Amino acid sequence: MNEGGAIASLAVVFAQLSLLAFGGTNSVLPEMQRQVVTVHHWVSAQEFAALFALAQAAPGPNMLVVTLIGWHVAALPGALATTLGVAGPSSALTFVATGVWYRFRNAGWRKLVQAGLAPVTAGLVMASAVLLIRTTTIGWGTGAITVVAALLFLFTRLHPLLVLAAATVLGALGLPA
Amino acid sequence: MFGFGGVLPWARRMVVEQKRWLSPAEFTDLLGLCQFLPGGNVMNVTIAVGARFRGAAGSVAAFAGLMAAPVACVIGLGVIYDRYSQAPTVRHAFAGLAAAASALVLANALRVAGPLRARPIGLTVAVATCLAIAVLRLPLALVLVGMTALSTVLAWRRADE
Repeated sequence: MNEGGAIASLAVVFAQLSLLAFGGTNSVLPEMQRQVVTVHHWVSAQEFAALFALAQAAPGPNMLVVTLIGWHVAALPGALATTLGVAGPSSALTFVATGVWYRFRNAGWRKLVQAGLAPVTAGLVMASAVLLIRTTTIGWGTGAITVVAALLFLFTRLHPLLVLAAATVLGALGLPA
Repeated sequence: MFGFGGVLPWARRMVVEQKRWLSPAEFTDLLGLCQFLPGGNVMNVTIAVGARFRGAAGSVAAFAGLMAAPVACVIGLGVIYDRYSQAPTVRHAFAGLAAAASALVLANALRVAGPLRARPIGLTVAVATCLAIAVLRLPLALVLVGMTALSTVLAWRRADE
């Protein structure tokens, strides 16, 4: 595939994900992984997990994994294509919706859809967690890191970046092998 | 740029407490809309706040402001990753980091699912959605539309009783 074609398909794939991302980017991770790993072979499953981890460790909105995938495939034009692709459609919708929002904010149907959507987005984030853990658990060491880190995130007020850094050091010391 | 581990608390502090662009109630209301719409919550809040004050130009400016520095930073990390990802120590370090990043999503999932414990129907819908995506690997659009329709009808019937 030529360079322009690759950039166009990156933009199209991520623009589609944009409008499905109810509850944020984390709920479309499985579909993103399916598209970039299984359908388009842009990155391997391991690379996807590594790029996701890298984006989590960087400052900024947690959708930056999208930028990294674009960069990995087609350098700067790729990074711009995926970032604007994922941001564009949902932002356009938000822009339009803020205008009409006040008219519907107490409408019964809106509250019902919101109540209906909540468990579905919860399920989508659960699925993201399942698929990511399946990719990143490459031995007992990495499995243990995931369990301990999840407990730390849930039950302590430690800064998440501190936990990520500690896991990186443990990894470098060869624990996951 | 200060958004390590999530930008939202920072955005709230800036918009509500420092610049006083919005009252706390307006911010909560706007956040409700942004969580309801597809797309990253912070990104949507940025667009909405920008639109509120300067229309389309405001949205574009706010978006550029939100994204420019983090995008540059993450690309820098990407360059380093591409260059050194073959070295065994770096690979191992990344395996550790990736395991903890998975834990971050797991913790997020458990936090989001927490309030559903009191709602058996909601919990069933969440688990069914998870299985449809993670195990059956059904397409997201299908699952999203089907489960949301089902879940909304269930919520409506319960509200009716």
